[in-house]
Amino acid sequence: MVELVDMVLLAFMAVVAVIVVRLRNLFSVVLVSGFFSLLSASMFVVLDAVDVAFTEAAVGAGVATVIMLGTLLLTTSEEKKASGSSLGALLVVLITGAILVYGTLDMPRYGDPDAPIHHHVAPRYTHDSPREIGVPNIVTSVLASYRGYDTLGETTVIFTAGLGLLLLIGSSLRARGKKEDGR
Amino acid sequence: MKQQLILRIAAKFFIPFILLFALYVQFHGDYGPGGGFQAGVIFAAAFVLYALIWGVDEAKRVVPPSLLQTLAAAGVLIYAGTGVAGILLGGTFLDYGVLRHDPVHGQHLGILLVELGVGITVAAVMTTAFFLFAGRKRP
Repeated sequence: MVELVDMVLLAFMAVVAVIVVRLRNLFSVVLVSGFFSLLSASMFVVLDAVDVAFTEAAVGAGVATVIMLGTLLLTTSEEKKASGSSLGALLVVLITGAILVYGTLDMPRYGDPDAPIHHHVAPRYTHDSPREIGVPNIVTSVLASYRGYDTLGETTVIFTAGLGLLLLIGSSLRARGKKEDGR
Repeated sequence: MKQQLILRIAAKFFIPFILLFALYVQFHGDYGPGGGFQAGVIFAAAFVLYALIWGVDEAKRVVPPSLLQTLAAAGVLIYAGTGVAGILLGGTFLDYGVLRHDPVHGQHLGILLVELGVGITVAAVMTTAFFLFAGRKRP
């Protein structure tokens, strides 16, 4: 049953990806990419990673789509016709895809108890978290407590991204506003 | 889109629930899926919806950009401050066990504060990003 759901979701994602490539109207591309994010969020739910699914649905399908639409207001809504042959690009994509598929051959099977990921710190977290942290959601205890440094770093990255946006396109706005006031 | 009656009423109806849901995701992250990051994005989504219906300038009057910039920094400071509080109380950086007498209670408090910091920063930065992109005039 789970395999069937997996296959349907993956097939949908492949179809959506092809649609995104074929579409020339950027407005539709943004909306269909949002749908792609929603599909991958469903995929994460099937894989029991609800926290990740939540983030993907909120950021990928929600806010990212809205910000892309906002960006679309500043550009044209039609993709420009590509000039020249795209054979070289196709070749690069095919080779990269082949390498990625080759890489997955080495990976442990999904849910394999002997996989390296289950033998590092994970057993300690799942075993000691209820006693040490006492938070029912182990994802939160790993994220905020065991891996608190990483999350501090991530928060700083988001803050820096906001700062960068303000410096790049926030200041030009202010300068233009001043110019308009002066007129 | 201010003149669209149905959109305006529906948005008015939805925005409080979106904000409430964000708070639920924020403070229920210890028990179920969710946490500061997701909550921050959902909180920002409420302001984005407001800006879509009533316009960016109107939304900027509700949440001034200067307030958002202060909040973005405040979130990181709450997070790092929780870590420094751990040092001052005799532990190590980001060691929440020493925040309370009982280590498990300390962990609870620490995670709550840290997630709050993440939520505030994410909500402020996401709203700022939307204001910056949507507020620009077509060149």
